[in-house]
Amino acid sequence: MTDVLRLTRGQLVRRRFMRNKLAVFGLCNLVFMFLLAFLGPYLSKHKWDELDFMYLLQPPSREHWFGTTQIGGDVFALTMRGLQKSLIIGLLVAIFSTGIAAIVGAFAGYLGGKIDKAMMWVVDLLLVLPAFLLIAVMSPLYRGKTWLVFVVLLAAFGWMITSRIVRGMAMSLRERDFIRAARYMGVPTRTIVFRHLIPNVASILIIAATLDVGGTILSETGLSYLGFGIQPPDVSLGSLIADGTNSALTYPWLFCFAGGALVLTVLSVSFIGDGLRDAFDPGASTGANS
Amino acid sequence: MLNYIYKRFLNFLLLVVLASTMGYFLAAIALNPRSNYEGRNPPIPASSIESKLTALNMNDKTPVVERYFTWVSGVVKGDLGTSLNEKSVNSEISRRIWVSLRLLLIGSILGSVIGVITGVVSAVRQYKPFDRYFSITSYIFLSAPVFLIALLLKFGAINLNNRLGYTLIYTVGEYSPEFQGAGLSSIVNRIQHLILPTLSIALGGIAFYSRYQRNAMLDVLSSDHLRTARAKGLTKRQALFKHGLRVAILPLTTFFAYSFGLLITGAAFTETIFGWNGMGQWFITAVQANDINSTAAVILFSSVLVLLSGFLADIVTAALDPRVRLR
Repeated sequence: MTDVLRLTRGQLVRRRFMRNKLAVFGLCNLVFMFLLAFLGPYLSKHKWDELDFMYLLQPPSREHWFGTTQIGGDVFALTMRGLQKSLIIGLLVAIFSTGIAAIVGAFAGYLGGKIDKAMMWVVDLLLVLPAFLLIAVMSPLYRGKTWLVFVVLLAAFGWMITSRIVRGMAMSLRERDFIRAARYMGVPTRTIVFRHLIPNVASILIIAATLDVGGTILSETGLSYLGFGIQPPDVSLGSLIADGTNSALTYPWLFCFAGGALVLTVLSVSFIGDGLRDAFDPGASTGANS
Repeated sequence: MLNYIYKRFLNFLLLVVLASTMGYFLAAIALNPRSNYEGRNPPIPASSIESKLTALNMNDKTPVVERYFTWVSGVVKGDLGTSLNEKSVNSEISRRIWVSLRLLLIGSILGSVIGVITGVVSAVRQYKPFDRYFSITSYIFLSAPVFLIALLLKFGAINLNNRLGYTLIYTVGEYSPEFQGAGLSSIVNRIQHLILPTLSIALGGIAFYSRYQRNAMLDVLSSDHLRTARAKGLTKRQALFKHGLRVAILPLTTFFAYSFGLLITGAAFTETIFGWNGMGQWFITAVQANDINSTAAVILFSSVLVLLSGFLADIVTAALDPRVRLR
């Protein structure tokens, strides 16, 4: 007997992922961003909501690493705070919206018929209007309330495309023997969907959720940039960029750290997402995903 | 084919009605025009606030459904109501619609054409320097939000103008109001204003389309029918353009149509940043001012635009691909 190296699917995927240089770079960078966002504030002696009236609009220095704002806020602490908010929102929304997408898509695809038609009609309707417009209109409803409402809205309008993909896969899984066997054994629909269908589309869900993190961070910062998202006094990368815009040419540090952190984060997430897709399914074409 | 078009059109009409209804209800429930009049100094008498809001069909004491039907009966007759500062929404739209459409059309056409070309070239030269360079660049552009790209372009142009000592590229407005010239020089003036907003819309598009087209093209390049085309004696180039590109480009018509939703979002940012008085910028100010009728009008506009382009894409796809019609 020769020794054959046996790999589980998980090991195989991990191996393929680790061979992808961009994906590994993205992963390292994202871990770094997380550490920076959540541990960074402890390294600096300035709090994000603290004002230092001795230093107004100072360029980066040993005292204030990223400089200070017009009213003496520490740009490093503010950027870390904004990065935290954007990362948490991105993660939460990605988890929620992928969850909704999985449930709606799996039920629609599995049940078929009228229920499927009705569900896909709702999906089409929600796809007509850009989520940005809808959330911006609803922004007065969560002004002054917790930012979690904002998260719920972002998730509520961000699940449609993934659910269509899941539906397509569920339709073909429905005809497979193991699902059919379960059905003939009298397993209830709910159990079939949650125990047999959804685990079988897990790889798609993981990829979609990862890419969603990037997409969500882009929408969140966009809405916050225009004042429809995270409300002051709290900050997000978007609102930081908006605050820095007017004086960005003379005082670039107000603007460039938040902008740089934003691009680097989203870039890493999309490297990871594409890497995951290649690792799960090396033969598949990697469709462009925004 | 006619039957198919008819069916698609009915579906399109229904979706427009539903989407604009949803938009109106959201705007009417979420926005509070009353707050604009309350807490003023000197205070406005309650009765005059009431009558003003009722006249605008924005009084929150009237049931939403009733206000909706008043709005719809106007819309059916082609009257979109009155904005909060008591201007006709119709005249506002006619002033703004071409500003936005010009930006969206030029931006999306530039974006898709350049994107498709770079995508095809990247696929043909996979892993060569051109491909690597464009892949990384498009990744970066896809990771940067529109407002960041627009802002950076603006700063870049201001720096350039400062260095040159005169204004080569304008960063505010769609034309210079004090500008008196006619003919060619006025066109040049408009183009100087057009460059940056169009570029900020197009750059994202180029990145997106080139990624998509590159992958679609790579799929086609390894497909059987392209190998057959080579086997029957076509050169690589002939096979590519005659049999490859056509298949790879078809799905893009749908993409192109449905990208208008995203483009409107992008236009809201670019118009605000570059001071264009278009539909997107109007939407932002209308929501901030609690102006229900104007907000509903922009939502109606965007749903018509998205669905109309989707409808056209369906027809084009059906015309090019007989398999679709038979469904």
